[in-house]
Formats: sequence, structure tokens, C-alpha cells
Amino acid sequence: MSITTEPNKLDLSHLVQGNRVHGSVYTDEALFQLELERIWYRGWVYVGHESEVPNKNDFVMKSIGPQPVIMTRDNGGEIRLLQNRCPHRGNQVCLKEKGNTRAFTCPYHSWTFSNTGDLIGFAFPDGYRDNPDADKKRLGLGVLPRVESYQGFVFGSFAAEGISLAEHLGGAAETLDRLVQTSPDGKIELTAGYLKHRARTNWKFILENECDGYHPAFVHSSIFSVADSAIGTYYGDQSTALTRDYGGGHTEVDLRPEFRKADIPLRWFGTTAERLPAYVEAMNTAYGKEKARQIMIDGTPHVMIFPNLFIAEIQVFVIQPISVNETIQHATAIQFKGAPDLNRRMRQQTMGSVGPAGLLLADDTEMYERNQRGAESLTPAWLFLGRGEQRERRDENGYMVGHSTDEVPSRGIWRHYTQVMEAQS
Amino acid sequence: MSAADIDLLHRVTAFIYREAKLQDEHQYDDWEALWTDDGVYWIPANGDDIDPEKEMSIIFDNRSRIALRIRQFHTGKRHAQSPRSRLRRVVSNIEIAESSETGIRAFSNALIFESTVRADTVWSTRNEYFLRPEGETFRMARKNVFLTNNDRALFTLSFLV
Repeated sequence: MSITTEPNKLDLSHLVQGNRVHGSVYTDEALFQLELERIWYRGWVYVGHESEVPNKNDFVMKSIGPQPVIMTRDNGGEIRLLQNRCPHRGNQVCLKEKGNTRAFTCPYHSWTFSNTGDLIGFAFPDGYRDNPDADKKRLGLGVLPRVESYQGFVFGSFAAEGISLAEHLGGAAETLDRLVQTSPDGKIELTAGYLKHRARTNWKFILENECDGYHPAFVHSSIFSVADSAIGTYYGDQSTALTRDYGGGHTEVDLRPEFRKADIPLRWFGTTAERLPAYVEAMNTAYGKEKARQIMIDGTPHVMIFPNLFIAEIQVFVIQPISVNETIQHATAIQFKGAPDLNRRMRQQTMGSVGPAGLLLADDTEMYERNQRGAESLTPAWLFLGRGEQRERRDENGYMVGHSTDEVPSRGIWRHYTQVMEAQS
Repeated sequence: MSAADIDLLHRVTAFIYREAKLQDEHQYDDWEALWTDDGVYWIPANGDDIDPEKEMSIIFDNRSRIALRIRQFHTGKRHAQSPRSRLRRVVSNIEIAESSETGIRAFSNALIFESTVRADTVWSTRNEYFLRPEGETFRMARKNVFLTNNDRALFTLSFLV
């Protein structure tokens, strides 16, 4: 029996203080369990993309944190999120990574479920006849009560009630609009398969690094120097690019000021219109020359949708916490519908950059693991996140912005984190 | 097995052992010199039979990207290899699947012990080589590395495998 009147009340003010966080937020096992409860098993979490289950009865194995989730498209075309646990004895009903089926049959005692999660039938049903507790309606698979999509990105929530996905995304929804309009068809697909990269680190070091524009000049100097890449200058001291906090924990590095200064279509992708004539023509036809030109100058976003969907211009990453000090990053190349010539380059660049052997991500991941070992040291107990605090400002939409190397995103993430962690429901 | 077959197996084995040693000892330039000008280095993910032209691979390097990878090591700022992994691999089960005047297709198995600050890791691979004869030795036109656990989430793999 609880001895306090507010058993769920959590006060993080001793761990998160404006421009500093205590190292234990990355290492405390009890805090990790609370994060699962209050962020991962309560709020909206990105699960998968509609293009991964294009046909009726398709399914693909996904996750929300450590929880496996089966994403299905049912026979009526609706997307469902199911848990892979038979209500009989807890066995797994699905053992394949993806496929097409109307029903999942548990291999243990052959209970069969539709791809909406409903129990269709028992094996040897006589044993359950006239037993009032053997009610098929109450013995289905676990089903996530809320599923919503935006621009093809499917989010789920374990909570029956809460804010809508639109409220969760807030102003950051515009970044997904910006992403899909880079396709002449206005659609992206995630059909190239995932690289799965495991790291001994807390998930929040990855979350914060995604829009940390301070590290590329140092962590990635090796590849910038040998690959003749312009990316380094966007993250230099003289860059006009911005970091942005959309609220809700969503953060961005907005490189458009740099691309608009150059005013060259497809510079954002390190190529030229001449090299991708079919794509440019398809864009001109779809949007008209003027708008197409602006889209091709602006490029795709670099945005971290809290807590686990990172869009890095040409890749999608999904952050999956496994335990307080272990995280998996799932990464794939974005494919733009109607742009095969662009897509080939997307895949080639993605394979070179990300995953366990990636020319970029192996070094990022090395840093995450060092961060974690550092956070396990006792002193200094606090991590300082004050970079650019004195020069941050509100943009025309009221969002906080700073220099591309400033820690506006980290501060925004921790503000939101404190809010959702301290909330009682 | 004919004397010619034994001789060929001996020379292929010597080549594969030499490659393994260069990798274990981070002899990047000597390893790069083993490649033909059109060499392709492939490490698939999510199974051994994916189409690397359509699906993500852990590595799918053409010759110029192999060179880029090596140049990145030489900057000294490839953080994932600074400090370098300590490595020793055992190579076995070498077999020649096909051979002609123009090329040889050979297989080997390898167990690689990697020691880093994070942990000690054992990697297991099936390797497929397409070798072109060059005098008494060979060059690699293609090396496919099938990691036994390539369908799982993997720790950083930043050494030469």
C-alpha cells in the first residue's frame, strides 16, 4: 500500500536544469523503466511506414522500444499494430520478419488469430465448450488501441486515450510535408530494407546527437576531408544554417539558408540537375517549373521526431531502446516515388554512410558508446548544454532557433522530456 | 585430386591466408593492392541472398569506395578504429568451387576475434572470392562476406572483414 497521496509524482528538477543534465539520466535503470512507461508505452511512437505493408494482409515485424509489434494491413486495408504474444501461454504467433497472411497460428497449441488480432478458433474446441471464461472475444492478441498515420508514417500508442497524432507532431508535421514533396508523386517509400546497428549506449545520447550540429566538423572530419564533401561547411562556424526546437521534443537542423544562398537545384544532395534529367523533368511536370526549382533547392529535412523517428535528408533512422545502456538504430534509404534515378543514388549513399560499417555512423556510434562510458564516471556529475543560449531567438513562427552548431535541440528535448516524464497520465 | 588441383588449392590458400593477415594487422595499403581495378566488396544484411542493387547491405563498395574507405583510415580520425581493434582470425574450409583460365571462385570460413574498449566480439563469416590469376598469385575481383548473424542487429564493424 502506498504511503503517499501522489504515488506517481516524479520531480526531475534535481536531474534536468535548463542548460545542464545530470549524468545519471543516461545510466539510471529505474529512470529507464519510467521512460518506458511514460514515453514509450504512453505517448505516440513511430512504428513503420505504410509502404512496408503495401497489400492487403501484408505484415512486417516492428517494435516500440523493447516490445515487438506486428504491423499488419488487414483484409479491409486498415493498418493494425499487434503484439506477438498468444493470450493462451504467451508463445509467439509470428516468427517471420515479413510476409502476407490473413491469420497467425500459434505453433504451441494452434490457436489462430486474424490479422486484426481477433481469435478465430481454438484447436480441439470441445475442451472449452460451456466454459464462460473461454470467450473468444476476450482472448485476442494484444492490439495497440491507437494507430494514426501522417504522410505514410505510422505511429502507435499503447494508451487508449491521449493527444492526437496531429497534436503530438505540432509544427514538426511540416517537415514531413517537405520530405514527401521531394517526390514527383508526393510520396516516399521505405522498401530498401534496414541496417540494424547495435550500440552500448542510452537511447537519449542518440536522440540528442541527431540534431547536434556541433559534432560533424570533428566526428566526421575524416570522411569530409577525403570524400570532397561540402557538408562540413554547413556545420562550420560561418554557417547560416539553423537549429530549431519545434516543441514536443521535435528538433531540426534547417540547412535551407545555406542551400538558398547557393541557389542551385539538387546541391542539397551533392549533385546537379544535369545528372538527374528524368527526375528534374518529373518534378517540373508535377509542380510547375518555379515550385519544382524551389523544392529542389531546399532539399529534404534533417529532423528528429520525438522519441524515435529521425529523418536525415536521405535516410530514415528508427531509435529502439533495448535497455538503459543498449540501443538499436534501424536505418534505411528513403525512396521517392516516381524518381528511380534519384533512388539509386539514395541507396548507394546510404549504404556508404550508415549501418555498422558506415563511413559516418560507425564514428557516431563510437561516440555514443564513449558518451555512455563517460556518463558512468562519477565526476563532473553534470553535462553542460548551454551552447548558444545567449544568442538563441524566436523565428517568424515562434519556434526557438539558433546557429547550426548551437544546442537549441538538446535543450528543447530535455524541456519536453521533463514535461512528459513528470506528467501523471 | 590432380597435382595441378593441389597446386591451385595451395596457391589460393596462400592468398587467403595472406589477406587474413593483412586485415588482422591493419595493413591497409597492402590489402587494397589485392583488389583488381573493378573490384567489388559486398557484405549483405538480412540474409545471404538479397539483391544489393535494391536492398541495404552492410558494405557494397565499388573499387572507388574501397579506396575511400582506406583513405578514411589513413586520416587517423576514423574514430571507430582509433584506437584500432585488436584482431585475430582463423580461416579454414577453403575450397575451390570453379576454376578456369580467367578466374577462380573459392570459399572459406572465418572466425574473427575482435577486442575493443566496448567488449570482445566474435564474428563468424562465410567468404566467397572471385580471384583473377596474376602470375603465381591472384587479385580479388569480388569478395562477398556472409556474416552468420547478418539478420541481427550488429555492433559497429569498422575493421576490414
